[in-house]
Amino acid sequence: MAGSHHISRRDFVKLTTAALGSIMGAVIGLPAIGYLIDPALKASGKDAWIPLGPLEKFEAGKPALVTFTRSKINGWEKTVNSYGVFVIKKSDSEALVLSNKCTHLSCRVNWLEERQEYICPCHDAAFGLNGEVLGGPPPRPLDRYEGEQLKVEEGTLYLHFVEG
Amino acid sequence: MWQKIYAWLDERLGLNDLYKATLDRPEPKGNWWNTLGSASLFLFILQGVTGIFLSVYYTPSPDHAYDSITYIMNGVAFGWLMRGIHHWGASLMVIVVFVHMLRVFVTASYKYPRELTWMIGVGLLLLTLGMGFTGYLLPWNQKAYWATTVGTSIAGTVPWIGAFIERVLRGGAELSALTLSRFFAAHIWIFPAAMAGLIGVHLYLIIKHGESEFPGKDD
Ligand code: HEM
Ligand code: FES
Repeated sequence: MAGSHHISRRDFVKLTTAALGSIMGAVIGLPAIGYLIDPALKASGKDAWIPLGPLEKFEAGKPALVTFTRSKINGWEKTVNSYGVFVIKKSDSEALVLSNKCTHLSCRVNWLEERQEYICPCHDAAFGLNGEVLGGPPPRPLDRYEGEQLKVEEGTLYLHFVEG
Repeated sequence: MWQKIYAWLDERLGLNDLYKATLDRPEPKGNWWNTLGSASLFLFILQGVTGIFLSVYYTPSPDHAYDSITYIMNGVAFGWLMRGIHHWGASLMVIVVFVHMLRVFVTASYKYPRELTWMIGVGLLLLTLGMGFTGYLLPWNQKAYWATTVGTSIAGTVPWIGAFIERVLRGGAELSALTLSRFFAAHIWIFPAAMAGLIGVHLYLIIKHGESEFPGKDD
């Protein structure tokens, strides 16, 4: 039947099956991709101003650990995560805030007063007072909050927290 | 290039023979009623695919079953579509399988040599209903809970062993987390596996015997 305008019954059935099959496959398959990757696309980055306490209560030049919790809803479950930051008061109106999360593999660092260093318990990283790397494996200084990310309102220090 | 690959595969897998035996086999003159078995098969596969997608988010525990379904409906992209297809497909499948059986009955296709095809079909019908029964509980809402309470109580009315059957179905005296998880296991593993096996034999027999001719005026 080559060259004729007629299509054989067989080819018609094949063609219709292929066409309908593709349509049905697409109607299920394409939404399925969205369905499966949806959690990864959920906008994260909810933000909030977290009060860290009255600035006057902090001792200048000495890191103080402040912890707070944030709750987050994952699907149908609510989890509460706790976070820790070191507040280093610089003046009566200024402070530097460092995350206590080691930039190597996320262990929590501790301030050792006698060494004047933050020490990571996991692989012995050492960070200086302002977060700079002094030794060990971390690739970058401790994450810091400064400038726009901090504010002092009625004497209380606030941190602008963005969920990761 | 593709022809070469195909020829290579065909030589080893016998694709052409397979095609001839399954899709190119001779058929008596039939009509649309003959498509209902294939429609059942299509729905079985569709339910399987959408069911697998639902299991990505569904959680079979009394604490989370209802919330996870609410999340599928309102929180996940196209969750409503996946659940919708699975939900309506379930009812449609019961109807289609049942009408398929009716047509086989009306055309008397269950007769020799197809009795075994029929008997396996009975197993498939029961399993299809079982899928509906076990699936209905999974959302763990009021309707599901009470429907299963009633359904398992009905099983409890069997003489002598009824009370025992009821306890086995419920995994205890009343509906609990154990009921939900065993219904879940039956719904996603035990029944589908049994159905896949039976469908395989069903199809083998259909290919072996060929479709039955429609009875004529003289039959
Ligand atoms: C999941 C359920 C089922 C599937 C997937 C299925 C699939 C099929 C398919 C694809 C065919 C060939 C096409 C056709 O005749 O429609 C067929 C034929 C047949 N089915 Fe089923 N079926 C199912 C349930 C049943 C039930 C419930 C019965 C009866 C109790 C049954 C009895 C038969 C018989 C006897 C034939 C041969 C018909 C003939 O040769 O004319 N099947 N089935
Ligand atoms: S995690 Fe802190 S040093 Fe490895």
